[in-house]
Amino acid sequence: MADVPKPKELVKIRHSPPFLTGWMNTPTEIKQGIACYAGKPKNLEYVGLPNPREWSPFDADWKLPPNWKKIILDGLRERLEKFRSLKIFMDICVRCGACADKCHFFIGGGDPKNMPVLRAELLRSVYRKEYTTAGKIMGAFAGARELTEDVLKEWWSYFFQCTECRRCSVFCPYGIDTAEITIIGRELLNLIGLNTDWISAPVANCYRTGNHLGIQPHAYKDMIDFFLDDIEDITGIRLEPSFNRKGAEILFITPSGDVFADPGTYTCMGYLMLFHYLESMGLDITWSTYASEGGNFGYFTSHEMAKRLNAKMYAEAKRLGVRWILGGECGHMWRVVNQYMDTFNGPADFLEEPVSPITGTKFENAKSTKMVHIIEFTADLIKNNKLKLDPSRNDNLKITFHDSCNPARGMGLLDEPRYVIQNTCKYFYEMPENTIREQTFCCGSGAGLNAGEDMELRMRGGMPRANAVKYVHEKYDVNMLATICAIDRAVLPDLMKYWVPEVDVTGVHELVANALILEGEKKRTTDLRGEPLPGMEDMDEEEGAEQTEGAEA
Amino acid sequence: MNFILGILFSIVVVSILVFIPWIGVWAWDLRFVFGVIVPYAAIAIFIMGILYRVIGWARSPVPFRIPTTAGQQKSLAWIKPNRIDNPSNAFGVIIRMAFEVLLFRSLFRNTSLEFRQGNRITYEWEKWLWVAALAFHYSFLVVVLRHLRFFTEPIPAFVHWIENLDGFLEMGIAPFSGFSLPGILISGFVLLAALTYLFLRRLYISQTRYISLPADYFPLFLIIGIATTGVLMRYMGAFMQFIFGADWFSVPVVNVKELAMGLVTFHPVIPEDIGTIFYIHLFLVSILLAYFPFSKLMHMGGIFLSPTRNLSNNNRMVRHVNPWDYPVKTHTYEEYEDEFREKMVEAGLPVEKISEESAEDKTGSSEEAEKE
Repeated sequence: MADVPKPKELVKIRHSPPFLTGWMNTPTEIKQGIACYAGKPKNLEYVGLPNPREWSPFDADWKLPPNWKKIILDGLRERLEKFRSLKIFMDICVRCGACADKCHFFIGGGDPKNMPVLRAELLRSVYRKEYTTAGKIMGAFAGARELTEDVLKEWWSYFFQCTECRRCSVFCPYGIDTAEITIIGRELLNLIGLNTDWISAPVANCYRTGNHLGIQPHAYKDMIDFFLDDIEDITGIRLEPSFNRKGAEILFITPSGDVFADPGTYTCMGYLMLFHYLESMGLDITWSTYASEGGNFGYFTSHEMAKRLNAKMYAEAKRLGVRWILGGECGHMWRVVNQYMDTFNGPADFLEEPVSPITGTKFENAKSTKMVHIIEFTADLIKNNKLKLDPSRNDNLKITFHDSCNPARGMGLLDEPRYVIQNTCKYFYEMPENTIREQTFCCGSGAGLNAGEDMELRMRGGMPRANAVKYVHEKYDVNMLATICAIDRAVLPDLMKYWVPEVDVTGVHELVANALILEGEKKRTTDLRGEPLPGMEDMDEEEGAEQTEGAEA
Repeated sequence: MNFILGILFSIVVVSILVFIPWIGVWAWDLRFVFGVIVPYAAIAIFIMGILYRVIGWARSPVPFRIPTTAGQQKSLAWIKPNRIDNPSNAFGVIIRMAFEVLLFRSLFRNTSLEFRQGNRITYEWEKWLWVAALAFHYSFLVVVLRHLRFFTEPIPAFVHWIENLDGFLEMGIAPFSGFSLPGILISGFVLLAALTYLFLRRLYISQTRYISLPADYFPLFLIIGIATTGVLMRYMGAFMQFIFGADWFSVPVVNVKELAMGLVTFHPVIPEDIGTIFYIHLFLVSILLAYFPFSKLMHMGGIFLSPTRNLSNNNRMVRHVNPWDYPVKTHTYEEYEDEFREKMVEAGLPVEKISEESAEDKTGSSEEAEKE
């Protein structure tokens, strides 16, 4: 793995492209620290993806099939006929440049081919050559070029330097969506076995074990059991969640990252505690080890693979006979659930329109897909005064909220998480308005780029986000970045460590669970992380408990 | 290819396009060709071309409902949705599209990145592109509508209104009641100014300079050519007369109208006394019309079909059907349980089928499983 330059080095960025050399004449270099490693043959074989082989993007020979060009061009033609989005986005860009400085990778890296317009031109140039008369006749003068192996490598490089965050599409006067270009571009590359290990391994894992991390059913249960131990230590209560239970009312699906690594694990503990709290009020919910993944790295491979992995959610809901599905905090999972799932694998006519068993609220916005976001669910609980909360337990936190790209720009889940945070925490500060809500900046590691080997790319891509966090850190002393995405929780700690080391990362349901007063719990002295609650920093556990009891009495 | 080559290429092409009718009419007197045949051909290509392109787009389906949501979704009753930027029904979509098409709402969001060394990013006010885009499109529209006076008899009232509005400088500008510019219509000059700005920003901003193709410069130069010949014809006649004693620019409006009416009534005539400059103007317009359907100018039609803008974000409420959907291979629960059954039984997880081995060895846990 290439060493990541220090922040002081990294910020030396030039945003001016070369003056006289046109982009078509600028060769693409596959760089360590920017590019991801190649997918391993066994993972491709497991799910039946084409051209499984050992290869490396850093070698000259990518071991392409002999007829790769025909496969790509046929694939492109097929997709032009299947996706109006692609066809229109190939034709109508006027290159006004409004998107150019909106991309976090361009801002943090300065590579002009990371301007959204140019990322799309990489594909458009070949489209013009193959499918437009002007491009065939006039070549480069019509912005057209031949598809060569170098062009293919350029595609691979830049379609895997895009996190499909859609920020550019907010600013485009025609709504041209680079995510759509990247998604279809990657789909084409996958036709000849060009992929990354960090995407194809989770895909194979998810296909087999039900989740990206390859956690097998017994291990999944074990991991949750660890959380139950921790929760018991903190609250004195032993929870009893159920798994794969038939006849439950609700199936809960969350990204497997939440059971795997900090700080997502604390969010997972948050879900468990919330569900326990609601059980006596009538919540009947089960987890699944088969549908144990909310995320969908298939979506970073092809529409077909996205559909194949997504199918588990409805299949498991049907098998267990639940009424509806509740989904955890995740980013691209919710782009898929909100905009694709019903189309992919619906109609979900075996489920019922979701109704909160606690408040009776009908989730009309989910009446067809029958899947509700846990933030919607919890916001509704709080609004109806169903949760006993002690926000002062979060008083040591000064929070800002990072809107994750997909819930923001592929859904519009903006005010619900803020409502939940403001009801569970006292100190909440917004980042500047150009960096939040629909204009939010990506973490820089989405869409399968959260590998280790591309750390420089990630630190660059996350720079605009980190910059905004730094701003509120300096201005309001913010020390916690809240988010509702599992990839965020996995990657933002690295980003913060690099750019704003004083700030830590949390999921929203961790904050909820910290504030939530469980029936019969012991006096809590620590938060879910085992760190002392505000006012208990200097005490050991027992003393702390006594003293606060005394104080309240 | 770099920007110098792109600009030179476009200038050369537009220059050739100016010379063709110049030579054709002035030297060879091909007035019928340039006054009738070329405009008819151009109109035919324009209409057929646009139909071809729009039908071509429309033939590709929209498999997924993928609006870019730029505001709060409609969810819980007490959370105020942003009905325009995140529409949940057709009405919202129509408003969103109207804002987009008439006011360039997305472009209005534009900001400019200011990057200061030492890790400071700010986003500065940058509405000039939006202003210039609006100025360009609306002044062009006014110019086109004004030209309807040549193609209609009697002239519709709205054309007069537009002219009056366009000629507000004629009326004098308050508070300078004495100051007025008779005969000046503002739209042509706004159009030229906006075009000039749009060209200069392409050059000046390093990023747009890098991405610009000849296909970006060419339409700018072509429309500059059209606007310039129009302005020359309208305003420069008297000036030329005054300076040189000969007027090469003025064209008799009555005769131009005769030609135009001949075209729209399909009784083409070529009146006398229309100068070459008019044929250059007409030829460039014809080229623009014929070029239009095969160029980026089709963004005019494409915006209406753009799936990230013209769909409501109601996918969880109303199922969207993919017309080419096909069954895919999935990893079923049965296959999953077959692989992990024993481990599941051992961990006390419920299973559908009990394998023989585990039934013998782990009676305890399988009983538990059966209960489920």
